[in-house]
Amino acid sequence: MTVPVVDQLVGGTASRSPRPARALSRAFSRHRGLALTSLLSPAVAWLVLVYIASLALLVVAAFFRLDGFTGKPTTEFTTDNLEVAFTTWDFVRVVGRSVRVAVLVTVVCFVVALPVAFFVAKVVRPWARRGLLVALLMPLWAGYLVKGYAWKALLRPGAEFGVNKDGGFLSSVFGYTPGFGQVAVVLALSYLWLPYMILPIYAGLERLPASLLDASSDLGAKPLRTFSSVIIPNLLPSIAAGSIFTFSLSLGDYITPRIVTEGKFTMIGNLIQSYLLAPNQPLAAAFTLWPLLIIVVYLIVMKRAGAFDNI
Amino acid sequence: MKMSRRRVTVALTAAGFAVTASGGVGLATTEPPLTSEAGAEGEVDYMWTPNEELLAGAEDEVNFVAWAGYAESGANDPAVDWVTPFEDITGCSVSVTDGASSDDMVAQMQTGEYDGVSASGDATERLIAGDEVGPLDVSQMTSYESIFEGLKLQPWNSVDGEPYGVPHGRGANLLVYNTEAFADAPPDSWSVVFEGGTEADGAVSIYDNAIYIADAAVYLMSTQPDLGITNPYALDQAQFDAAIALLEQQEALVGQYWGVYTDQQVALEGGTVLAGTTWQVIVNIAQSNGATIDAVKPMEGATGWSDTWMLSTKAAHPNCMLMWMDWIASPWANAQVAEWFGEAPSNSESCAVTSNPDHCALFHADEDEYWEDVWYWTTPTAECIDGRTDVECVPYTEWVNAWNALRA
Repeated sequence: MTVPVVDQLVGGTASRSPRPARALSRAFSRHRGLALTSLLSPAVAWLVLVYIASLALLVVAAFFRLDGFTGKPTTEFTTDNLEVAFTTWDFVRVVGRSVRVAVLVTVVCFVVALPVAFFVAKVVRPWARRGLLVALLMPLWAGYLVKGYAWKALLRPGAEFGVNKDGGFLSSVFGYTPGFGQVAVVLALSYLWLPYMILPIYAGLERLPASLLDASSDLGAKPLRTFSSVIIPNLLPSIAAGSIFTFSLSLGDYITPRIVTEGKFTMIGNLIQSYLLAPNQPLAAAFTLWPLLIIVVYLIVMKRAGAFDNI
Repeated sequence: MKMSRRRVTVALTAAGFAVTASGGVGLATTEPPLTSEAGAEGEVDYMWTPNEELLAGAEDEVNFVAWAGYAESGANDPAVDWVTPFEDITGCSVSVTDGASSDDMVAQMQTGEYDGVSASGDATERLIAGDEVGPLDVSQMTSYESIFEGLKLQPWNSVDGEPYGVPHGRGANLLVYNTEAFADAPPDSWSVVFEGGTEADGAVSIYDNAIYIADAAVYLMSTQPDLGITNPYALDQAQFDAAIALLEQQEALVGQYWGVYTDQQVALEGGTVLAGTTWQVIVNIAQSNGATIDAVKPMEGATGWSDTWMLSTKAAHPNCMLMWMDWIASPWANAQVAEWFGEAPSNSESCAVTSNPDHCALFHADEDEYWEDVWYWTTPTAECIDGRTDVECVPYTEWVNAWNALRA
């Protein structure tokens, strides 16, 4: 894509440019690589500086010793932070809990998103499709905190001595609420990240030619067989893309778990936040290595599973 | 995230009365002549003139970190506003950043982006040690003179007899309880939140911060004197372990760990929390929203705070900040903030201009004996601050680790 565009630019401006500019454009057109490099370098510099460098700094910061009294990091080298973050049993358990929640949220999102996306992409008439898509994305318009507190209000159990004794919507209307705990966290996070699972699956299904489904049924496959042998294999990259969103967003979240459990459910993000505020930046940095490692492992597993083959 | 607050000024007065009644302190109903400022708007005597030098050098704006409720501009209640008069008088427009905890405030001040802070004792010492704040020339401040002597030149706001800040006010962390759930016997001991066996089991609300370990230590001071704790911020390893063991036992009783004060306020109103540690300002707001609650300083004593306004060494607007510090400690403004927040003012002349004439009595502003068993937040250090030299105390970084492990 890039090279023809450069050609056009160079050709278009050459006749009108003053001499130095003409020399420059000639150099660009002679050395295609140079043109490509100069076009890409701002983006690459951005990526390296803002993204990779800050990430590297984070890793380095994990090895700084903290001046306990002033709460400032010193440049003294220590592995104490890593030891605390990776060998304290209480903290390892928090990591396990966070991974469990992230997996559960991903599964819930997948189970809900697949039929919804299939319905929108393959069942409804084309004119209704656009409206439904907008409706599915609508929750993204509302603020994150609004949705978190809305779930808290929905889930709140009734209390004998409260201003509203019946509790929130679930408990007052259905007489049951899972209360403030892991279920609440999984529900709220699934709701928050669901659009990020629906969209890629919808896009994948839209690319899937209807003729494939017809061919499958012509060859005698029942719907379930078509689903498992045709749809799922073709959708794998989309599902992987969606799951990366839901998994990583859930793994690092710390606000929703705090809101919907009255602070009684600790995830990795809560630990990092707590240490950032302590303030103990080196230890907070050490804890961020956990989600970093987990996401890297997750991406490698996804790649092994062939999820990226078609991208 | 702020909840709506209805007519809080009125409720504040009522709340103050209720607290004292439950605290067992007899309430004298003598009524000194009311000052005219309560009703007559627009004719308020602000009882403050800015220092001329500072005013001449005013930078147009000031930007500081403060506890929620320390710099009200009428946004929560139009009648509660001491920021606008300050802006009118000095021309310094005020931006406030709420600090969630002392730890948070230290972290904010380390950025160097703020002109000053209203810091509690567990932050001031760290700020001084980190050179985030510096000594103060109090001769520029007209308010400093009338501040209670008991608050001046204390370990948490001075170094070698040199003031590092202006005292703001003080208060105790109280035991809040639901008056319906405890209709028969109002609690007067922290055992409600540590031992359980009451209506509140499973519905106890605890301040989610490492400094709360000191609350457990205060309780141990009277229940396990054998441990020999003389200061809840100077715990050797054995004493510290006992406090952590107590907090582990407490976990089964807890229904909420609150980090943001509005979380506890909502839970108190909803009745999902029936007892816990609280700040007076939370009680006031929840009561004004209909919660049937009350608060008391239990017989074991309590942790508390004594706050200090400090000037950042990197302040971009030092003159405006110094004027703000002088203003907030001046009689009228200090009375306003003390009543809104529910704490004892630092300026002795404030007591004459509070809208509830008994405010200073209710909050024991000048009763030294009331504060004897209130342990102001202080930063624990390896060198025991109770003077012991034969042992090493557990430093604050270890407190944070232990608290996070406990909460994990």
